[in-house]
Amino acid sequence: MSRFDWLSEFLAELEEEHVVVHSGSARALAPAHLLRIDPEDWGKAAAVARNMDLRWAGIWGDEQDNDIVLSALLVNQGDYVVLRTAVLSDNPEIASHTPLYPGANRPERHLHDMLGVRFTDHPDARRWTRHRAWSEDQHPLHHDFPVAGNPPEHTPADADYPFAPIQGSGVYEIPVGPVHAGIIEPGHFRFQAAGEPILRLEERLGYVHKGIEKIAVGRDAEGLARLAGRISGDSTVAHTWATCQAVERACGMRPPERASIIRGLLCERERVANHLGDIGAICNDVGFAFPQMQCQALREQWQRHSAELTGHRLMMDVVIPGGVMINLDETAITGLRDAHVRLRDQARELFDILDDQPSLEDRLLTAGYLSPDTAKALGASGYVGKASGQAIDLRADGLYAPYSRLQFNTALSENGDVAARMGIRQEEVFSSLNLMDEMLDMLEQQSDRIDIFAELPDAPCGEGLGLIDGWRGEIVSYVRLDEEGRVARFFARDPSWFTWPALERIVLGNIVPDFPVCNKSVNGSYSGHDL
Amino acid sequence: MMRILNRIRATGTLTEPAPDLHDPEIEALGREIKTQVDARFAGSLAIREVDAGSCNGCELEIHAVNGPHYDIERFGVHFVASPRHADVLLVTGPVSRHMETALRRTWEATPKPGFVIASGDCACNGGEFGVSYASCGAVENVIPVDIRIPGCPPSPVELMKGILALIGTAKTA
Ligand code: SF4
Repeated sequence: MSRFDWLSEFLAELEEEHVVVHSGSARALAPAHLLRIDPEDWGKAAAVARNMDLRWAGIWGDEQDNDIVLSALLVNQGDYVVLRTAVLSDNPEIASHTPLYPGANRPERHLHDMLGVRFTDHPDARRWTRHRAWSEDQHPLHHDFPVAGNPPEHTPADADYPFAPIQGSGVYEIPVGPVHAGIIEPGHFRFQAAGEPILRLEERLGYVHKGIEKIAVGRDAEGLARLAGRISGDSTVAHTWATCQAVERACGMRPPERASIIRGLLCERERVANHLGDIGAICNDVGFAFPQMQCQALREQWQRHSAELTGHRLMMDVVIPGGVMINLDETAITGLRDAHVRLRDQARELFDILDDQPSLEDRLLTAGYLSPDTAKALGASGYVGKASGQAIDLRADGLYAPYSRLQFNTALSENGDVAARMGIRQEEVFSSLNLMDEMLDMLEQQSDRIDIFAELPDAPCGEGLGLIDGWRGEIVSYVRLDEEGRVARFFARDPSWFTWPALERIVLGNIVPDFPVCNKSVNGSYSGHDL
Repeated sequence: MMRILNRIRATGTLTEPAPDLHDPEIEALGREIKTQVDARFAGSLAIREVDAGSCNGCELEIHAVNGPHYDIERFGVHFVASPRHADVLLVTGPVSRHMETALRRTWEATPKPGFVIASGDCACNGGEFGVSYASCGAVENVIPVDIRIPGCPPSPVELMKGILALIGTAKTA
């Protein structure tokens, strides 16, 4: 169905349900279509969306005067719609989308903690992002909440969080974290098990909440980009890009074409680096150290090359509002081509060995199963979604340069297990290498004298939506700038919001000792989620 | 199996010599490191890494220190799973308020004298996040710090330098 067809069908269905669309705009939040509706119709509109099989991709709120403006993002195969409404700040109450879209559960609780919006019919009234650094009646994203807050002298542990209880003979609980045994981010896992198999897992996140949405306010575009680059360090290019894209759209400008190509190249480099690291780590989690060492070596060479090109091993702060910090000349392009050939050979040899290891197969096949239905219900994107039949890849949708000019097929599997998630990552290493080669062709067709940066207008003002496919999946970034070009509201939605709840389902029936490999095959970002 | 062995043989040893930093102080430390670890820490320096609120960029580079190119274990320095086994806490991130108590408890669980390295700009001075309703800022705002390794994130070589520097401090501590 073309965009026009399904959108008019959506509008017709809304009308059928007596949902009044006050105004629609194809430009205000392009490429998304913005639809303004009444707050009483919030739930009904989601029901229509659910019936039409739209994916639910996030919610954010923005305090403006006496209102809280709410925006929910819905997707139909690469076409985005933002539903928008406003509720009064002194009584912000609205229907929950969670009964229709389970993926909305935590995002809505986050919004409640941060902005005080009450979601009626929400099945889970517990706090989520809030622990004990601020009280129940305070909401950090309110304008009158000071950035410094008024935290207790020592913030106590969130000890009384009401985990769902379980009872039964022989059933026991294993609390893990927030400080974990490895070199990983903090979070709490509450396992309930009988014997070895896991009966239930409940995650408790929010430990690395750093107030990103709040401390973004008042920054200029450059400062915001630096912050966005630290939402999740392993996705620094993708998050910075999404945020710069949102800023650029808010200003009604585009970066020069060469800048977009270089951004694409860096973003694929980031994908390859992380996939290599995780493929090794997945093998290591089932006691197979050889691939871990091989992958770490490949990753290290790759990162050194990144440092040579950009001055930073993780390529932080290279994407900036209006363009990129670095150009690639002929020597750099030749060097990259050689590196791509080398990595393609090395990865092929290594992955062939992995594909041929019965002991690895034994541990990864059927382990950590996520059904396509569950993946769809949660809206899981990236390799977690792709390994469970969800063809969500913004690059393939051609939504942004340079991908709009590149042909690309999404790796896909219906198997849903750890092996499938690792397989998708292996395929993506090669498809990224191919894409990068094509991007180098595009660069070569241009003169390297061409601009890689364009000034933002003096006092940019307005709102913009950034949509980027990072290595973990779909990243959404929303920015509203005030009259002076300063950030009035910033929200970033990492793909981890929907893969963390997937992990709770993935581990069911698996034995506790297989949790690390299940977890690694998902590898949600704690920092990207906790904000 | 043969293919694995062939691959291992073809890869060879990637581990690089200890960082030669042309910094007389560090070079001396580099030569001394094994002796120091042997003398002060009975042959092994056990580090417990604590992410107290990092963006996870710092963790990526700490992983690399354990990878084949740097292989810090050859100096007797290894990363352990519990603070109770640790000589040193390597703390990253600004300390988020939600991690404040967890970090304190980890510190209390570390046998004394436990040394603390604040690793990365965030851990040294709050970095991009500073102090706010959600962040305590620098690690030293929460627990005492012996050594700071700046960088966002510090590279593996910088991390190794910092750990060498700590052993130097520990000698006189
Ligand atoms: S120092 Fe940099 S890399 Fe490390 S946690 Fe802070 S922002 Fe992330």
